[in-house]
Amino acid sequence: MNRLPAVILLLLMLTAGAAMSQSGGPPPGDEVRSAALEQRVSGPMELEAVDSPDDAGGAVDINWLMEAEGTVPDSLGVIRTGPSGEEELLAVLPTGTLLYRDTTPLNGTAYSYSIVSYYGGEIAGASGEVQAVPSAQWLYRGRVGMMIILVILTGIILFYIESGKKGRELYIREIAGLAAVDDAVGRATEMGKPVLYIPGIMDMDDIQTIASMVILGRVARKTAEYGSPLLVPTSRSVVMSVAQEVVKEGYIQAGRPDAYNKENINYLTDDQFGYAAGVDGIMVREKPAAIFLLGTFYAESLILAETGRSVGAIQISGTAMPSQIPFFVAACDYTLIGEELFAASAYLSREPKLLGSLKGQDAAKLFFIILIVVGVIAATIGQFWPPLESVAEFLRDLVTVN
Amino acid sequence: MRLIIPLAITFTSGMIMILNFFIPHQPFALLGENLQEWYMIVASGAIFLGSANLLHVHFRKTRLKLKNWKYSPVTIVGFLVMIVLGLIYGVTENLPFDYLFMNMVAPMGATMFSLLAFFVASAAFRAFRASNWRATLLLTSAFLVMLGQVPIGAMIWDKIPLAKVWLMAIPNTAGQRAVMIGAAMGVVATSLRMIFGIERSYLGGAD
Amino acid sequence: MADIFTRMGNLDRRIIFILIALAVIIPILTDLIIPNIVGAEPSRDLFEFVDALPPGSNVILSFDYDPSTMPELQPMAEAVVRHLFLKDHRIIGMALWPQGAALGQDAMSSLSDSLGKEQYLDWVNLGYKTGGGVMIVRLGTSMRAIFPTDRDNVPWSEIPMLQGINSLDDIQLVISLSAGDPGIIAWVMMAGDRYDIPIGGGCTAVSAPQLYTYLQTEQMVGLLGGLKGAADYETLVGIENGEAIRGMSPQSVAHIAIMLFIIIGNIAYFTQKRKGGAR
Repeated sequence: MNRLPAVILLLLMLTAGAAMSQSGGPPPGDEVRSAALEQRVSGPMELEAVDSPDDAGGAVDINWLMEAEGTVPDSLGVIRTGPSGEEELLAVLPTGTLLYRDTTPLNGTAYSYSIVSYYGGEIAGASGEVQAVPSAQWLYRGRVGMMIILVILTGIILFYIESGKKGRELYIREIAGLAAVDDAVGRATEMGKPVLYIPGIMDMDDIQTIASMVILGRVARKTAEYGSPLLVPTSRSVVMSVAQEVVKEGYIQAGRPDAYNKENINYLTDDQFGYAAGVDGIMVREKPAAIFLLGTFYAESLILAETGRSVGAIQISGTAMPSQIPFFVAACDYTLIGEELFAASAYLSREPKLLGSLKGQDAAKLFFIILIVVGVIAATIGQFWPPLESVAEFLRDLVTVN
Repeated sequence: MRLIIPLAITFTSGMIMILNFFIPHQPFALLGENLQEWYMIVASGAIFLGSANLLHVHFRKTRLKLKNWKYSPVTIVGFLVMIVLGLIYGVTENLPFDYLFMNMVAPMGATMFSLLAFFVASAAFRAFRASNWRATLLLTSAFLVMLGQVPIGAMIWDKIPLAKVWLMAIPNTAGQRAVMIGAAMGVVATSLRMIFGIERSYLGGAD
Repeated sequence: MADIFTRMGNLDRRIIFILIALAVIIPILTDLIIPNIVGAEPSRDLFEFVDALPPGSNVILSFDYDPSTMPELQPMAEAVVRHLFLKDHRIIGMALWPQGAALGQDAMSSLSDSLGKEQYLDWVNLGYKTGGGVMIVRLGTSMRAIFPTDRDNVPWSEIPMLQGINSLDDIQLVISLSAGDPGIIAWVMMAGDRYDIPIGGGCTAVSAPQLYTYLQTEQMVGLLGGLKGAADYETLVGIENGEAIRGMSPQSVAHIAIMLFIIIGNIAYFTQKRKGGAR
C-alpha cells in the first residue's frame, strides 16, 4: 500500500517523460553523456525476484519500483547472473515498466537479478541484486477449494450411479417437454409433414449440443418408426457429422436403415443469422408439423421460434441459456428449462446408471444450496458478529478460483 | 473395439484436462497445452468438412432438380465468389472481398437480427396477459425495464432507470443464477458421465 | 365497442409488424432526437474504470460479434476505441468470431487518423483465432505463440507496441464486445477468473440480463447493454449525436408502441373474460 504514492508519482512523470524521450536501447552520444552525469536520474529500487507461482517451473517474476525523485531514465535493463557468474542482459524495457518475467532460467538453479536504468546512453542507476530459484509446483494454490468441491461432487454423483446400478428404485418426475416428443412426431406423421430438428448454433464442445444429440437419437428412432422425414440443418460441420451418425443409428435401431437419408442432415453456415435465415427458409418452404429447438441458442432463438409458430408447428424447445428461455416459453408449446435438457438422456432411456447420475446431480445441488444458505447467513450476521464473518470468508475462499 | 477406442480417448483427454486445471507441474501442463492446440487445429479443419457438404448438397439438388432447387445455384455462386475473392485479395480493407463483406454480408446479417424487434413485438402482444397476480408482476417489470432502457423513461420519472437497474441486478440476477447453477450442475454431471463412459449416445453408433 | 377490442385481441401479426416498422422509420426520417440521460448504470462503471487506468495501459479489445449485431455493437466499438485513444491507452484488437476482425479494423482504423494515433504504436489488430475459451487460456501462457503475426501478417517481433507483452499478465483490461459465445463469458471464466485480469464488456440487449450476474460478483468491471449502453458510452465520452444516441429515439418510440400493443392485448383479454363470465 505504501508503494502507491511512488507509483502515482512515477506515472505522472511518465506522461511527461514519454514526450521527452522514445524508449529503446541506450543511445550513444558524448554530449548527452555529460548531461547525464550532471542530472540526478531516478533509479530502480525495492527489487524483488520470486519463483513464478503455480507453474511448471522455468520462470521468475521480478518487480521493482522507481525512485520518485530525479529525471526519468530513457530505459531500463534487466540483468541476470547465472551460476557460472556470467552477467547477461535479459531485456531492455521502456521506462514505466515495473514487472518482468524471466522465462528462460532452469529449474532448481539460483540466479541473481538486478535492474539498471539508462540515461543518455549509459547506466545511470542500478538496484541491488536479489536471488531466486525457479521451481515447478504440484498444485495451483488458488484452486484447492475447487478441487475439494469437485471431489465431493464427483463422489456424490458416482455414489448414486453405483446405487442406480445396484437396482435401487429411482424416481424421476414428469418432464412435459420430453413426454411430448413422441406425440409431436406422431402428429407430423398424421399430417404427412416433416419433422425439423435444430440442434442450436454451437459446436460439439458445448455440452448442450451433446445433450441435444442424445434427444435427436430418440427423435430419429421415432421418425423412422412412423416414417416421417427428419430434417436436421446444422450450423457447425462437426455437429453435422455427429448428427448424421446419431440419426443413422436411430434408423438402424428402428429397423428402417433404408429410410435414412443423409442429405436431410446438412450444414448451412457458421454465421449466426445466416443460419437463422436458412432455417426460417426451410420452415416456410417445408412447413414442418413438429419443430425441435434443443441446444444452445442466442439472439436467434425468438426469430426461429416465432417463424415456427407462424407455420403452425408444434414446438418443443430447450436450452440452458437463461436469457433465451423467456423467448422460448413465449413462442413454443413446451420448453425444457436449463438442466431439464441435460436430464433428457436419463429420462428417455430410463437406464439405471443415468438415472443414478441424475439423482447424484440433485444431491450435489442440495449440497450447493446448503453452502449458499450458510454463506448468506454467515455473511449477513457476520456484519455484526465477527466470528461468523470468518466462516463467510472461508466459504468465499473455498469457491473462488484463481 | 469401435466403442472402446472413442471411450478411451474421451476418458484420457477428459482426465488430462481436469488434472491440468489443478496441477501446473509437467507433464500435465504440456499435455494440456497440446490438447488445446489440437482442438484448435481440429476446429479449423472442420471448416472444410462443412464447405464440402454444402457444395455436395446444393450441386446434387441442382443436378437432380429437386424441390426448391432454384435456390441452390444462388448459394453455390455466393459461396464460390466469396472464397475466390478472399483467396485472391485477402481481407484488406476496401478490396473486393472486404467490399462485399461490408456491403452485402453485413447488412443482410443486420436485417435478420433486426427482425427480432418485430418478433418481440408480436410475441409480447400475445404472451403478456395480466391473467393472475404473478403475470401482472411480470408485466409491470417488463414495462419498467422497457421504459428504463430508453431515455424516455428517465424523462417520465427519473426513478424509472433506477428501478430498471434494480430489477436487472436483483430479481433478474437471482433467477438467472438459479438457472445457471442448475445448468452448471447438469454440465458437470453430463461431463462426468461422458468421461466415465456412462453416457455414450453422443457417439452415434455406439449406443 | 367490446367487439372492437375482441378483434384487436386477435390482431394479425402483420399489422403489428407494419406499426413497429413505422415506429422505427418515422423518428429516423424526422430526425427526432431524445436526449440521452446516463444514470448509475453499469455503462458508467465501465467508462469510469477505463478513465481511471494509467495512460499507456495495454487493453485487449475483443471483437466477438459479426455484422448481424453491428447495429448494436459497432457504435459501442467506436465509442470505446475513441475513449481508449483519448486516454492514450494501447489497444490490442482481436476477435473470437471470424468476422469480428474486419469490424474491429474498421472501428480502429477510422478513428486512428483523426485522433493522431498510429497503427503498431498505439493499436494493433491481431485478427481472428479459432478456439474461443481454449485460445484465451493459451493467451495466459503466451500471447505470441497464439498470434505470431497480426492480421496483416506483420510478425509480432516487428510490432513495437507489443514488445514487453508476453501473456495476459501484461494486460490491464480486457473489453469484449460480444454477441454470444465465445464472448464475454469465456473472457470472464478464462482471463478474469483464471488470470485475474479485469473484464469489461458490451453485449446485445438480449444477452444483457444474463451478464448482470457477473457484475454483481465483480467478475466484470462494467457492461454496455444493447444500444442504450452504446448511447450511454457515447454520451460519457462526449460524442455529440452519435449513432447510438440517434438510435435512442426510434427505440423509445418502438418501446412505447410495444407497450401499447400489450395494453391493447390486455384490454381485449379482460373484455373477453368479462363476456365469458356474463354468459
